[in-house]
Amino acid sequence: MSWALVLALSGAAYALKLLGAVIIGQRTMPPAIERCLLLIPAALLAGLIAKDTFTTGQSIGIDARAVGLAVAAVATWKKLPFAIIIVLGVGTVAVIRLFV
Amino acid sequence: MHYFRAPDARRFVNAALIIGVAFVIFGMSFGVLAVAAGASVAQACVMSLLVFTGASQMSAVSVLASGGSAASAFGGAVLLAGRNAVYGLALAPVLRSSALPARLLGAQWVIDETTALVAAEHDEKVRRTAFWVSAPILYASWNIGTLGGALIGSNIDPSDFGLDAAFPVMFIAMLAPHLRTPTGKRAALFGAIAAVALAPFMPIGLPILVSAVGMFFGISPSKQPPAETTDGAP
Repeated sequence: MSWALVLALSGAAYALKLLGAVIIGQRTMPPAIERCLLLIPAALLAGLIAKDTFTTGQSIGIDARAVGLAVAAVATWKKLPFAIIIVLGVGTVAVIRLFV
Repeated sequence: MHYFRAPDARRFVNAALIIGVAFVIFGMSFGVLAVAAGASVAQACVMSLLVFTGASQMSAVSVLASGGSAASAFGGAVLLAGRNAVYGLALAPVLRSSALPARLLGAQWVIDETTALVAAEHDEKVRRTAFWVSAPILYASWNIGTLGGALIGSNIDPSDFGLDAAFPVMFIAMLAPHLRTPTGKRAALFGAIAAVALAPFMPIGLPILVSAVGMFFGISPSKQPPAETTDGAP
């Protein structure tokens, strides 16, 4: 691996963060845009969850991760503590992989 | 860091330490993969310090490990880093109150997990505490893990322990508060469908940027019930 790649990637990654957080983000937005920005985490978190659970690379599929997610969703709904939700979800996936 | 003495700090220290466990393990796995892909220990560590975006870093080293060019490693990693620009927009109000040097440092810590922790809070003060308390803990965890993995180099595959499910599982807990409003539900549904349905047709990292379009469900004001007129109020 070359240092050029390491540094180019560092620069690009930081530039993207700066672009949103400081360069564009500094100005006050009209209320309609502010309402939209508040929905970013909902849209992106749901996207990440779905992608991490139902895709591998570019293929779509259902496997142990879907069961783990369902268990975690129930644990969240039951308002269990954060650590317990993670342990139950991850544990489910690990146990299924052990036997299937 | 006076944020660590804020009334809500403890709660976010705990959450960040829990997420931090996953960060150490995945940081290790990144360190191992990076060295296996031909990076030096220093390069692996500099990447974690300066890039600090797990998905991008993992993607870059796995492209190199499978014989891909530096250009394609760079391109794939930048696509994955793109969502941090969107998170930055969401976190900007939290950073706006800080002086410029702090804002420049804070920008480096804008990632999935810090955004999720902040976004679950409503009060502006608590949101600031959530960010400035959790970010340094997560940053330290990721970098300690990377150093450990790069030095020790023994290969543990996190997915053997189901740990590849750790992030979707923690995100579901963090998503829950956003599903209480109709617009939040719509944005989440759109984001989830876009991220999966577009996966076969787009380079990795792009579908999640399309998910962000779900934010525009907020463009028209949500129908609020008419303000209640309390008896006797002026």
